Amino acid sequence: MMVGLQSPEQATYWLIQGRVLFLIIHLLGVACFAYIVAKRLTPLLRGERDLRFDQPLARLGRVAKFWLGQWKHPRYRFAGIIHIFIFAGFILLATRAFALILGIADTVALPAIVGHIYDIIKDYATTIVFLCMVVVAIRRLVFQPARYAVPPKYGRAHTADAIFLLGLIAILMAADSLFAASKAAFQAQQGQTADFLAVLSLPWLLKLALISTSLSTLQNLYLGAFLAHDLTFFFLLCYRPFGIQFHVETSLFNVYFAKLDREILKPVRWGVSDEHLDQVKSFGVKTFEDFTWKHMLDFYSCADCGRCSDNCPANAVGRPLSPRFISIKARDYAFQHYPMFGSSTNGKPLIGNLYSEDEIWSCTTCGACEAECPLLVEYIDKIVDLRRGMIDDGKVPQTLQKPLKALESRGNPYGKMEKKKADWAKVKEFQQTCEVKILDGKREADTLYFVDSITAYDDRMQSIERATARILNHVGENFGILGGAERDSGHEVRRFGEETLFMALRDHNVDAIKASGVQRIVTADPHAYNALKHDYKDVPPVEHISEVIAEEVKGGKIKFNPVENKDSVYTYHDPCYLGRHNQVYDDPRDVLDAIPGLKRVEMKRSRDRSFCCGGGGLMLFYEPKEEQRMGVTRVKMAAEAGATVIVTACPFCMVNIEDAIKVAGLEGKMTAIDLAELVDQQIAREVEVGPNSRSKNLISCHPDPELVEGEGSAVLLGLVNTADSSSLRSSE
Amino acid sequence: MEILVCARRVPDTSENEIELNSAGNDIERDELVYSINEPDNYAVEEALQIVARVGGNVTVVTVGGEDDEEILRREMAMGVQHGVLISDEAFTRSDGRGLATILKAYVQKGRYDLILTGVQAEDGGAQVGGMVAAMLDYPFASLVNSIEVLDGKKLKVSREIAGGNKEMNEIDLPCVLSIQTGINEPRYVGMRGIRQVASLPIPTFDASELGVDPGSVGESAAKVKRVDYFVPTLGKGAEMLQGSREENVDKVFELVAAKGGL
Repeated sequence: MMVGLQSPEQATYWLIQGRVLFLIIHLLGVACFAYIVAKRLTPLLRGERDLRFDQPLARLGRVAKFWLGQWKHPRYRFAGIIHIFIFAGFILLATRAFALILGIADTVALPAIVGHIYDIIKDYATTIVFLCMVVVAIRRLVFQPARYAVPPKYGRAHTADAIFLLGLIAILMAADSLFAASKAAFQAQQGQTADFLAVLSLPWLLKLALISTSLSTLQNLYLGAFLAHDLTFFFLLCYRPFGIQFHVETSLFNVYFAKLDREILKPVRWGVSDEHLDQVKSFGVKTFEDFTWKHMLDFYSCADCGRCSDNCPANAVGRPLSPRFISIKARDYAFQHYPMFGSSTNGKPLIGNLYSEDEIWSCTTCGACEAECPLLVEYIDKIVDLRRGMIDDGKVPQTLQKPLKALESRGNPYGKMEKKKADWAKVKEFQQTCEVKILDGKREADTLYFVDSITAYDDRMQSIERATARILNHVGENFGILGGAERDSGHEVRRFGEETLFMALRDHNVDAIKASGVQRIVTADPHAYNALKHDYKDVPPVEHISEVIAEEVKGGKIKFNPVENKDSVYTYHDPCYLGRHNQVYDDPRDVLDAIPGLKRVEMKRSRDRSFCCGGGGLMLFYEPKEEQRMGVTRVKMAAEAGATVIVTACPFCMVNIEDAIKVAGLEGKMTAIDLAELVDQQIAREVEVGPNSRSKNLISCHPDPELVEGEGSAVLLGLVNTADSSSLRSSE
Repeated sequence: MEILVCARRVPDTSENEIELNSAGNDIERDELVYSINEPDNYAVEEALQIVARVGGNVTVVTVGGEDDEEILRREMAMGVQHGVLISDEAFTRSDGRGLATILKAYVQKGRYDLILTGVQAEDGGAQVGGMVAAMLDYPFASLVNSIEVLDGKKLKVSREIAGGNKEMNEIDLPCVLSIQTGINEPRYVGMRGIRQVASLPIPTFDASELGVDPGSVGESAAKVKRVDYFVPTLGKGAEMLQGSREENVDKVFELVAAKGGL
C-alpha cells in the first residue's frame, strides 16, 4: 500500500492542525522578536546623534568587503576560517529557512536545476555548519583559547552561554537534516523517487541510518524534525538579542554604518560647529545615553571574540583596560537598564560605576583593537568621548593637570619658554653646516618643518630634529621652522579629551602656518603628522620625513654608505600614528632596505599589528597601573626577532623604547635609532671622497655626538628611568 | 557653611625660568606666566568638597590688580560661587601684616564660618593666615591635611607634623586654617570652564569700601622690606659613575647606605 508522507501543515500535533500550530508559532515568534528589537532600539533612540547616512555606495562597498567578504576574519587563521564556513552556511541556509517557514511546505518555486543545485549546496552547508559547531564547542571546552577567558573582575565566564548557543545551532542543523533524511528514507521505502541528498552530507548519512526504520516512525521523525527546527529557529531568533549572538542580526547594520574615515576623530557633537561648541552644555560621554546610537549599536554587535583585547597593548601589560569589556560592560548595562519589561532607568554616571578613571586613561589610542575587530567596532572615539566627559567634570589625574596647564599658558606640556623653541637649531656646530630659517614673516620658505614640542625641547630628541633638518638640507629643500610661534600640535590634547584647549592650539598653529606662506609641511613626529593631516583644516599638505626620504631615495638624491657594523640586525617598529593610523608601512622599510649591507628582520607584530611602545604626548605624563611597561614588552619582541637595533620613526617611540631597553636589561645588546638619525648617519654626502675620509669640518654635519651616550650616564639614566621616566620627563 | 578662601596669583615655578632682573632686586617678570598659588588651589578644592557635604557657599578673595582676576575665574570655573577682588593703589607692596590687615577688613564685612588659606604662597612666607586669625581673634591651625565637620560649630582637623606624622585637633568655628597640599586632588579646570564663567561679575573693593586706613598698609607701612634677591650658586653636579653595570650597582648601594638610606 502506498502511503503518502503527510506534510507538517497537513499533520495534526496534539489535536492542533499543523497549519494552525505553525501559524501561531510563526506569529508569536515574529511578534516576540519585533518586541525585543523594539526594546533594544529604545536606548539607540535616546542616544546622541551620529551622522552615518551619507555615501551609501562606499558603505555598501564595506558591507561587501567586511561583512559578506569576512575580510578581517582570517587574521586569526583557524577561528577565522571556521567563522567564514559558519557565516557562508548561514547565508545559504537563510534562504532554506525562510522557504521552510514561509511556505511551510518544502517546495521551492525555482527552476528544477537551480533547486537541485541549491539542495546539494544546502545539504553540505548544513553539514559543515553542524561540524563547525562540534569543532567550535570542542575548541571552547577543551582547548579554551586564552582570549575567551573572562578575568574575575569582569564577572563569570561566557562559556556556558557560548556552548548553549552553539548547541541551539547544532540542533537547528540536525533538525533540518533529519527533516530531509526522514522524507528521503520514507520515499525510498515507498519505492518513490527519493529527494536527492548530497553524498556524505549529514542528511545523506541520516538517511542511511533511517533506511529501515518503520514508516510511522519516519513520519513522526519528519513531523518532529520540522517542529524542532521551527521552535529552535524562533527561540534562537528571540534569544540572540540577549547575548553575544546578537551580532548575527546587527552585524550587517554595524558594518554598513561603520565610520568611513577612521582617522578623523568624532566631533564633540555631530552637527555642532566649533564656533557653537561653547553653547553645548556638557561635553563628552558621562551617562550611557551620551553615547551615539551607532556606538550603542557597536555594543550590541560585539561578538565577544576577544581579538581587540588580545591585541591591546594596555591589556597585555596589565593596565586596567580591556577593549572587549568596554563593549561587553556597556552592552550589559544597556540590557539591565533597558529591560524587556518595566521602565528604563538611566542617567547614572558611567565613570565610577561602569568604567574606572584609570581604565579610560589607560588607552594609548594606538588603534590595535580597531584594526582587528571583524565587526568594525569603534573604540578610540568612545575612549576620547569618555575622556571629554571626565575633563568636563574636572576628573583629571594630577600628573596630567600640570602639562595641560602648561600647554594652555606656554603651548607645550613641559612649561618651557616659547622663545627657547628654536634653540636646537642654534647649536653652534650645527648652525655652521645647516642653517635653519625661522619663518617669522621676514624670511620665507617653500616647506615648513613642523617640529612639535618633544622634538624641540627634549635634549635627546633634538638629535632627531637636527638629523631631519640636515636631510632636508641635503636634498636641497628650501625649508624653515616656525620657532617660538609654533605651539604643540595638540594631538594628544585632543585625544585626552581637552577639545577646547586643542582648538586653541590648532587655531594658533593654523594662523602661524598660513602666515608663513609655505606650500607644504614636513614633520618627523607621527603625532604631529596625524594632527596636521586629519585634525587641522586648511593647511598645506603634510608629509612625514620617512615619506620624503623614500621619495628622494627613489629619485636618486639620497644615496647611502654601507652600514659599518655588519653584525647589526635591524628591525623596524611601526609607530601607531604613522603605520596603523596613516598606512605608512612601506616607505620606512624601503629606505632601510636601500642602505647597503643593512640586515633587516620583521617582528612578529609589525605593520597593522604593531605593538604600541607606551604612547606619546601626554601619555608620557600619565602614571598607569601596569605590571610591565609596553616598551619593555616591545623590545623583548625585537630581541625575539633577533634584532640588535630597533629603528623607529617617532620621538615618543624613542623615549619609550630607549627607556625600555634599559629596564629590560638589554643595554649593550640592543640600541634604538630614529629613521632620520640613521639616514643622516648613512647618507653618502657628495663632498666626501670616500666613506672613511671625511674632511674635518664636515664631521659636524654628521650625527650628533650626544647620540653616542657615555656608558656612565646611560647607567645612571637607566636607574632613574626604572623608577619613573614620566615624572623625570615632566620635571624637566 | 560659608567659607572664604584667600588665594593669590604667583609666577608658576614649573612654567617659568626664573631669572633676576638687571637691577638684581627682583625677578624678570616680562615673560612670566602666572597661575594660582598651588596650595591655595588645594584650599579651594577642600572648601568645595566641604560645601558639597554640608552645604553652603565658597568665596575666593584675592588682593591684587585686574590681572589677578584670572585666578578668580579659574576658581569660579571649579565651582566657587563668588570671586572677590580687593584692589587699591594703596595696597601695593604690602608686607604680610599689611595683607592680613586688608583681608581682616574684608572678613569683617561678611559672615564667614571658615577661612582657608594655602599653607604658603610660593613667593611668600606662610604668614598671612596666622596673622589674619590673630587680628580677628579666631583660632588657627596650620598645615591642615584633613577636615571633618563635626556639628556645625566645630571641626576635626589633622595637621601634618614633622616625620610625616599626623596630629588630630578639634577647633571651634569660626576659624582660620592653612591648607597643606595633598589634602585632596583638585579638580581640573580647562579653558572651556573658564570661558563659561567669563561674564560673571567679580565685585571689587578698595581701601575706603573696606574701611582700611591707607596709611596702615602698602609699601610705606611695610615693616619687612625686600632688600635683595639672588639665585644661589649651583653646587657640585651629579656624580657620574664610570664603571661596569655591576660595579655601578654596588657603588649606588654603597652611596645610598652611606647617606642612611638603607
